[in-house]
Amino acid sequence: MSILTVSNLTKQFGGLVAVNSVDMAVEKGSITAVIGPNGAGKTTFFNLITGVYQPDNGNVQLGSTSLVGLKPHEISRHGIARTFQNIRLFSNITVLENVMVGLHKQLKAGIVGTLFQTKKVREEEQLAKEEAYHWLEYVGLAKHLNEDAQNLSYGAQRRLEIARALATKPKLLLLDEPAAGMNPRETRELTEFIHRMREDLDVTIVLIEHDMKLVMEISEQIFVLDHGEKIAEGKPAEIRNDVKVIEAYLGKSAVTPA
Amino acid sequence: MNKLTSKLKGNKLAQIILLVLYVLITSLSLYLAQASVTAFLLLLFSLLLLYYTELPDRLKWLIAGVVLIGVIPFVSSTGPGYQSYMEVATVVGIYVAMALGLNIVVGLAGLLDLGFVAFFAIGAYTYGIFATGQAANFMPFGTFPLSGESFWIFILIGCFVAALFGVLLGIPVLRVKGDYLAIVTLGFGEIIRIVFNNLDKPVNITNGAMGLASVKPPEIFGYQFVYPNQFYFIVLAILFLVILAVRRFEFSKIGRSWKAVRENEIAAQSMGIHLVRTKLLAFAIGASFSGMMGVVFAAKQTFVDPTSFTLLESITILVMVILGGMGSVPGVILGAAVITILNLQVLTEVTNYLNQLSLDGVISFPEALAPAKMQRFIFGAILIIFAIYRPQGLIPSKNPVFDEESLKEGSKKHRKEKITVEPDKGFQA
Repeated sequence: MSILTVSNLTKQFGGLVAVNSVDMAVEKGSITAVIGPNGAGKTTFFNLITGVYQPDNGNVQLGSTSLVGLKPHEISRHGIARTFQNIRLFSNITVLENVMVGLHKQLKAGIVGTLFQTKKVREEEQLAKEEAYHWLEYVGLAKHLNEDAQNLSYGAQRRLEIARALATKPKLLLLDEPAAGMNPRETRELTEFIHRMREDLDVTIVLIEHDMKLVMEISEQIFVLDHGEKIAEGKPAEIRNDVKVIEAYLGKSAVTPA
Repeated sequence: MNKLTSKLKGNKLAQIILLVLYVLITSLSLYLAQASVTAFLLLLFSLLLLYYTELPDRLKWLIAGVVLIGVIPFVSSTGPGYQSYMEVATVVGIYVAMALGLNIVVGLAGLLDLGFVAFFAIGAYTYGIFATGQAANFMPFGTFPLSGESFWIFILIGCFVAALFGVLLGIPVLRVKGDYLAIVTLGFGEIIRIVFNNLDKPVNITNGAMGLASVKPPEIFGYQFVYPNQFYFIVLAILFLVILAVRRFEFSKIGRSWKAVRENEIAAQSMGIHLVRTKLLAFAIGASFSGMMGVVFAAKQTFVDPTSFTLLESITILVMVILGGMGSVPGVILGAAVITILNLQVLTEVTNYLNQLSLDGVISFPEALAPAKMQRFIFGAILIIFAIYRPQGLIPSKNPVFDEESLKEGSKKHRKEKITVEPDKGFQA
């Protein structure tokens, strides 16, 4: 059963067709990778799914609900969470509060309840702190709870982004280049972590990544974009030997020897 | 000096004793030397000292209450300067509340608003129109002016009307971001003032540039509030509620969503935060504080006209927020107090003193350097010095510190049986 169905998705920026009638179906519970050279339209594709951009054409469906026309916060409420290629943390607030923002939609406190600090609001706030702390433990950042997010190391910031996304309790988690800037050991740890997340949390994961070792190791299905078009899809073994993919990545001469 | 502060650190008793001693000395000197502005300012300064002591919060509030309600009005009450001191304190209170309102918009939600005084004007006119005969010009029923007893309800009405206008202005204004938002809010601030200035035709609602004169003073059970020393307590009561509200909002779901929007709009949205609603809420709550104080201002001045609500006022409030420390409640309170006292007391006193000197022939100033002209110059210089040496503000904003031990215990109940957590190892499996 597919959890995310994308059909004929198109987005133009002026004369540039960033995403050109892409079809895609992501299996529930799978780990799926979207790869492609720089400028292939991968991040635009993510932005279309999460409502940052509105598609010019085509449809995005989560389960059986269409996401087209919804605002980013509404899409988040439907159960899609994401991380960003260029890390977008709330830099000047604490690590714990960053994760607590992820709990936003499950908290009920309103203006009046906040003003009078009702028992319900206080209890809810305490629970939120504890739950946020739990997610920090899960990604291994519990010790840093009181630091400003901007003071974390690069790898830790990426983990915090994941913790924040997990706090929204997503059905579908989109990771935009999670291994960018990580050393081989960190990448290996990340690979294991992504596996664990899927096992522990029943979450479907779609990731954009350039690290082919990581992609080949963890993904069950791979989609390849080039110039906004889907040029291949399949299992890692199939993609590895796909002529079009090799051409897109290595250039034509690598495929047709002179 | 360092030795002294390190000795004081951790010694609460010594801190209390010193503080009490300080308050005693300053109040005594104010009591005895009534005309001394310095003594009055030093007495106010005790509140800042109080902030830096390590006493429990409840005790701090108690002491602050005693100083503000008891000591300050009492020791300044016997001399000729009484009303002017209370006037200064009242105006400080009004500005503090406004600065706290703007702090929500600028400091917490990160929306640069250059027309904030508009909401103050709306509050002032709301009371001004109905507490003078003005309302009779366009209201088909009722007798105007309303009695002074309506003032208390009007504090609430002013609060809601300002909040309503905050939302109404916010809906179109919040389509733009950053610098453009600043320009558009600047425009709106001016529009409101000009509308009030011209709304005497075709129906005379605001009485235009003539303003609204003889606004009814507040009244309760036949007791009238006319003098600054009486308004002082009204302002103090409202201010207390405002600070309480700001504190509660800041460390709540709502406050977090403001900060998230300030830090990164796209990430905030992808966490499920409704961008427009969050921003409008910041606008509305910020405006409501201003609206309340507008009502008080109208009643205190007994006269409202558009010239009280110029762009310079908006800028001054913004300066208070930035100078005090954006997003920092104690900082903004201090910033508002410092700027207001500088403008009302210190700089005018210095000018008067210099004028006196030149009249006496001790020194003579060339025309271009007349003390009255120097006043704004000194004010500007002070701002520049602060900006260079305290770019984060007088009291920079601090993030809350969470108690790890209690959270560690509580976090266990959120684990599903499947999840295995090894604290701080999570990632390095």
